Amino acid sequence: MATITTAAPTPPKNRRPLRWANAPKAFVIVIALVLCLGPMLWTVLTAMRPASEALGGSPISFSNLSFGSFGQAFQQIDMWLLILNSVLVTGLVTVCQMLTAGLSGYVFARIPFRGRGALFSVILATMMVPMQVTIIPIFMIIRGMQLSDTLWALIIPAIPTAFGTFMMRQYFMTLPPELGEAAAIDGASPWRTFRSIYAPLATPGLAIVGILAFNSTWNDFFRPLIMEMSSKNYTLPLGLVSLQGNMGSGSVAVVLAGVVISVIPAVLVFVFGQRALREGLTTGSFR
Amino acid sequence: MTDLTATRTASPTRAPSRKDRSEDDAITLRRREKRLAAIFLAPTVIGLGLFVVIPIIASVVLAFFRWDVISSPKWAGLDNFNSLFTDPTLRSAFVNTIFFVVATVILQLSVALGLAVLVQSRMPRWLQSTLRSVFFFPIILSAASVSIIMSYLFNQQFGLVNTYLHDLGFGSIPWFTNGFSAQVMIILIYVWQNFGFTFLLFLGGLAGIPRDVYEASAIDGAKGWRQFVHITLPLLSPTTLVASVMAIISALQIFDQPYVITQGGPGNSTETVVMVIYQDAFGQLQFGTASAIGVLLTIVIMLVTALQFRLSRRFVYYS
Repeated sequence: MATITTAAPTPPKNRRPLRWANAPKAFVIVIALVLCLGPMLWTVLTAMRPASEALGGSPISFSNLSFGSFGQAFQQIDMWLLILNSVLVTGLVTVCQMLTAGLSGYVFARIPFRGRGALFSVILATMMVPMQVTIIPIFMIIRGMQLSDTLWALIIPAIPTAFGTFMMRQYFMTLPPELGEAAAIDGASPWRTFRSIYAPLATPGLAIVGILAFNSTWNDFFRPLIMEMSSKNYTLPLGLVSLQGNMGSGSVAVVLAGVVISVIPAVLVFVFGQRALREGLTTGSFR
Repeated sequence: MTDLTATRTASPTRAPSRKDRSEDDAITLRRREKRLAAIFLAPTVIGLGLFVVIPIIASVVLAFFRWDVISSPKWAGLDNFNSLFTDPTLRSAFVNTIFFVVATVILQLSVALGLAVLVQSRMPRWLQSTLRSVFFFPIILSAASVSIIMSYLFNQQFGLVNTYLHDLGFGSIPWFTNGFSAQVMIILIYVWQNFGFTFLLFLGGLAGIPRDVYEASAIDGAKGWRQFVHITLPLLSPTTLVASVMAIISALQIFDQPYVITQGGPGNSTETVVMVIYQDAFGQLQFGTASAIGVLLTIVIMLVTALQFRLSRRFVYYS
């Protein structure tokens, strides 16, 4: 309590850029940065080292770098096929999730009907059930549809999205209802009100749904592991893990080159859509 | 938008019959709205029904049967649930999962809170946004890729970490081949990848605490640690609750890391509940037992969520 007098004049002191009091803080920051970025830096550097050297566990060095392992990754494994499968599955799931979530979210936000609240609660409740629990019956349903061991097995069950519906409903609720009411008075059909007024305004909400859909589908390991038996239908995460599993065929550098390739699209999305990604992830937690 | 202003100027021509027509119009409008709603909802409602609601019901039903896909399902009563408590593999998976949940939640929350407070503190803007991006970055990687990277880095024979430790005079440490250290490593790798999410939640929570509360407490003589304990922590409790519930739910479902890195070993030491579901169903074709475990897991998650709702009403401070 005696510190009142000394505490008062501190603000101007803090402005000074370099103080020894900041040393612990700087230390923690450096450690945290090294721990967070170190593994990724090592991955990139090892992937860019000749395959023969990577196994030696040689310490991190920036000399003698090449893209040789990347070339080998494309030769030794069917890298193109893995990329193509991942792009196809992720692309379709992302686009279809944005589309279906946009439509259903709009209805829950704007068009009243009997039982709307109850239906919405059921949809929200489905978010609580983990995928690992529903995967067994989904596997049976997919088998019944004659779709097991095809890419469709990864696409179709992943499209309907309770989270996306919730997200888009929240988003459409923030848009002024007067816009649609005015259009209706002027004789616009419900479809036209949606198409010309609300749909063009939905882009920011759709971006969040799309980025989250991309991220979870691109990185999904569990669903492909269960649905795909033949390696021609593997997506990147599953393909890389199976490559790492039989180490006889792939060197460390080649596997890590594959990891780097698989991470690039996610990094691009992170760089350009970080804000939407952050927003989406944190909104989801306050359902 | 331009078309609409055009119809607006045209509307006065309809004025004479407007009163009679408006009621009919309203009815047809409602009808057309409902039709649109049905069409718009169809993909989501049918899709969620087919791939979420029916599977949930099927899982619950399946939990009471013995079924190996080949022969027809046989009624098993509560046998599947009884075996949950007798099967030694499953028991160790339960114990492991509980250990993982407790450890990851404590670790993840404290690391995330510490770093969030650090990033919130006085520092240059660019450093703030860089740190925020860096801490958030691991979330965007696939758990499979992270697991591959970590299993190379901590490989006992040729991993980088043991190579460095060897140079410092340590023997080669069996990171993943000793039961307890394998568990600790799985926890650390999981937290490494996921703390950024909790960090974001705390950052949001900290931003919501009004500045004048700190100023007022500073005048009363509270600084540093005391301010953190008496001001920051209580005011942050709604965020802490949400963050811990999210962390618990996601840690209950740990699968990718132990599957890729240790395959549940050595022994059963890193076997988790979801790994047992996977192995029972798709390894041993015991779909009944696997479903029973799944149903149990869902009930636990629902209880945790319900607890969150109750707690958030009772104990948590809202400003």
